[in-house]
Amino acid sequence: MIDAFEKKIGETLADPALQLKIYTNTATLVDKRKTAVSEEAFPEYQELRTKANALKRHAIEHLDLYLEQFEANVIAHGGKVIWCRDATEVSDFVLNLAKERQAKLIVKSKSMTTEEIDLNERLEHHGLEPVETDLGEYIIQLRHERPYHIVAPALHLTRHDVADVFTEKLGIPHDTVIENQTMTARGLLREKFLAADIGISGANFLVADSGAVVLVENEGNARLTTTAPKIHIAVAGIEKIIPRAQDLGVFLKLLGRSATGQPLTVYTSFLSGPKRTGEIDGPEEFYLVLLDNGRTKLIADEAKRQSLYCIRCGACLNICPVYRKIGGHSFPWAYSGPIGAIISPQFLGIDHTPKLPFASSLCGACADVCPVKIDIPQVLLDLRAEVSKSPLEHRAFRIFAWMMTHPAIYRLSAKIGLKLFFLAKLAPPAKAWLSQRDLPNPPEKSFTDLWKLRAKKS
Amino acid sequence: METAREEILSKIRTGLNRKQDEPAPAVRLKPYAGTPELFLKRVHAVGGKISRAQRPIDVRSYIADALQGRSAVASNAPLLHELGITAMEGVKCGFRNYTELREACSKAGVGITCADYALADTGTLVMLSSREEARIVSLLPPAHIAVVAKNRILGGLDELLTKVPKPGDLTSSMVLITGPSRTGDIEQILVRGVHGPGEIHVIVL
Amino acid sequence: MAKGRISLFVTCVVDQLFPNVGIAMADVLERAGYELDVPENQTCCGQPAFNSGYREEARMVAEHFRKVFADAEYVIVPSGSCASMISHHFHDLQVKVAPKVYEFSTFLTEVAKIEDFGAKFDGVVTYHDSCHALRDLRIKEGPRRLLSKVRGLELREMDAAEECCGFGGTFSVKFAGISGGMARTKIESIKRTGADTIVSIDSSCLMQLQGAISREGLNMKTMHLAEVLASK
Repeated sequence: MIDAFEKKIGETLADPALQLKIYTNTATLVDKRKTAVSEEAFPEYQELRTKANALKRHAIEHLDLYLEQFEANVIAHGGKVIWCRDATEVSDFVLNLAKERQAKLIVKSKSMTTEEIDLNERLEHHGLEPVETDLGEYIIQLRHERPYHIVAPALHLTRHDVADVFTEKLGIPHDTVIENQTMTARGLLREKFLAADIGISGANFLVADSGAVVLVENEGNARLTTTAPKIHIAVAGIEKIIPRAQDLGVFLKLLGRSATGQPLTVYTSFLSGPKRTGEIDGPEEFYLVLLDNGRTKLIADEAKRQSLYCIRCGACLNICPVYRKIGGHSFPWAYSGPIGAIISPQFLGIDHTPKLPFASSLCGACADVCPVKIDIPQVLLDLRAEVSKSPLEHRAFRIFAWMMTHPAIYRLSAKIGLKLFFLAKLAPPAKAWLSQRDLPNPPEKSFTDLWKLRAKKS
Repeated sequence: METAREEILSKIRTGLNRKQDEPAPAVRLKPYAGTPELFLKRVHAVGGKISRAQRPIDVRSYIADALQGRSAVASNAPLLHELGITAMEGVKCGFRNYTELREACSKAGVGITCADYALADTGTLVMLSSREEARIVSLLPPAHIAVVAKNRILGGLDELLTKVPKPGDLTSSMVLITGPSRTGDIEQILVRGVHGPGEIHVIVL
Repeated sequence: MAKGRISLFVTCVVDQLFPNVGIAMADVLERAGYELDVPENQTCCGQPAFNSGYREEARMVAEHFRKVFADAEYVIVPSGSCASMISHHFHDLQVKVAPKVYEFSTFLTEVAKIEDFGAKFDGVVTYHDSCHALRDLRIKEGPRRLLSKVRGLELREMDAAEECCGFGGTFSVKFAGISGGMARTKIESIKRTGADTIVSIDSSCLMQLQGAISREGLNMKTMHLAEVLASK
């Protein structure tokens, strides 16, 4: 019985052009990261990973205190904090504010958190015009698609796909030159930045001791989004908290290198509230939306709360041999790859996509590259233990356990299985195996038998 | 009826069931000195154009060349005035009003600023928003020229965070600028000058 | 004079499908001067049940393992994934084993401290880093050093040496399409080395790769490290 998850996987596997795109683009990111974190380039890498894990663990384990401290500092700098339990509360806040200020045009910088809560859809539904300004996000917004990757939303697209959607949606002549496509977007979006009433950003980090939002980017759209419009709304999951500004000395060194191989991205913004007296530009109003949306559920699970340490670098996606075959759209939620595989069941419900935790060979490459040392394979194993089991499979493994605790039965069953190999090949697991590769030839004797003979000889 | 704030904080406290509060793990920042040579080398490596100036006239001369007839907006940094840059041909300055500044910046070809600090190990400019330095001068025009006094050059991020442990106390916006604006969003092919300036010049005096 | 008595846990995969790997491992360990004990009631480490989320069933099998090897001082295992299951995950099942459990190549390099077995093997070999061995047990250089002592053997590294072969236990049948794709990607990397033999310390990986090789009709073979070291 193939479910929607498996169906989408099958479609992706059967598309050779897409397979090539995914593999090539992730390969570039893998190589860049590898060079940036090599022993020569970054000798303190492992030490900083350990420190980052300790800092995130501490921040999460004291999250209530740090959120209160953060809020007090945001207010002290002239901003407001809006606590939201779910997607509706966020969109209600934005809609009400927009109504009060008679705002319509909204520019957005890249935020996976806003993807998670389908914010754009909700705002559009109520007649607002949210425009994505990150180039990749802008392209997929035109295509009405979800991001394909946490850091590179248009990873699955070629210049031809971009030319097609620009011609279709913007009415411009078909142009496959990437530089031209970029300049087209630049020109269009510049107008939006300068006309927008509200700028909505995400947050890479929330700094508790400063009441600050840290935004990390290469294009400059986050700077423009948070500078040009009169109102800046930053939407962030509560887990984005880090205790102190000095902790950026750990996180910023890891984030750029892990994501794109850059020691620092082009722009890192440290924003504390609306513009101050004397400052010439900057937003007049600043709102920090703190989102729960299920994060408190994960906090309550001691073994799995490490899933919240994620700093959204995307390194686990790039290195994952499964992601590199099935791509971002095979995953059921906004977040894909190994991190998506562990948080989706925890947010959406363990039985929402019951096969998701099993779509992994548990190779552990993700854990190796995670800058905050989340033990992703361990969380996958925990999820596998929790997911509802099919009665048929459960019976099969009960028989397995019985067999393996009764050596005589094990040896007899194995003998029969090998003798009747041609029948064993018809069983569904064998057929699944054979759909992709050949089975080994069954040996004449088992090792145990051979060993007994060897003992007899001597 | 619990507010969202109360509910979220309550769920966190219940979920953590913390027996006692622990102090945050110490972060050892390792400040080290940065040289103008290393700084300019790194700026060049990330795609910026560089110049080492000894006297004010060298700075003006470089800028005159770099402008190539384009109009420019200069920030209100006192150093730019002292160096005579604000008096140069084609350079507008003295904006105190956001609307006018924005208008000027959207028409200008070049934005000229100073930098509060510079990070040598990554070739980074550090700009704090203030009455002297508005945000958009280094953001809206397609080219950016930064004049950096050499005593402002720090070793790296650690030294910056040691010198400025609470940026929020000083400004609403501290921006670290490392090279020209870029993207690889289409086929991982690098394109410069997406939204921010695609051309960066850094002059160390 | 024997160096000591050690026990072998051959794993269910080697026992039933690749018995020659077990024989080769025994040969090499005897050549190293050890007396071998192979408890006849051994079966499996329980990993298939554990990885599929059946902890109670896995615990029962782990408990059986504990009893079978209760009197052993050392247990040698020709598999990184099984060795890792025992050393790292029996803990999750509240099962504690008495003996020191070693993956085969690690035992040779770290306990026996012998790397040259007088082995001879003519061929171009590439080494596959199986995932549990590489990442859980930190096995990387040991097998390569052992291979470097084999006369006539030329070792060439593939660019994807550390990439998963796609086996992953039941993953290989639950997500056969992805698993097969991963094997084929790995095979492409192997082809680029020009090697005719793939060596690993995990028979499950070798079974996966051999299956894909055979399906493509390629002229390559797979061998367990033990079989190479036992070659004369």
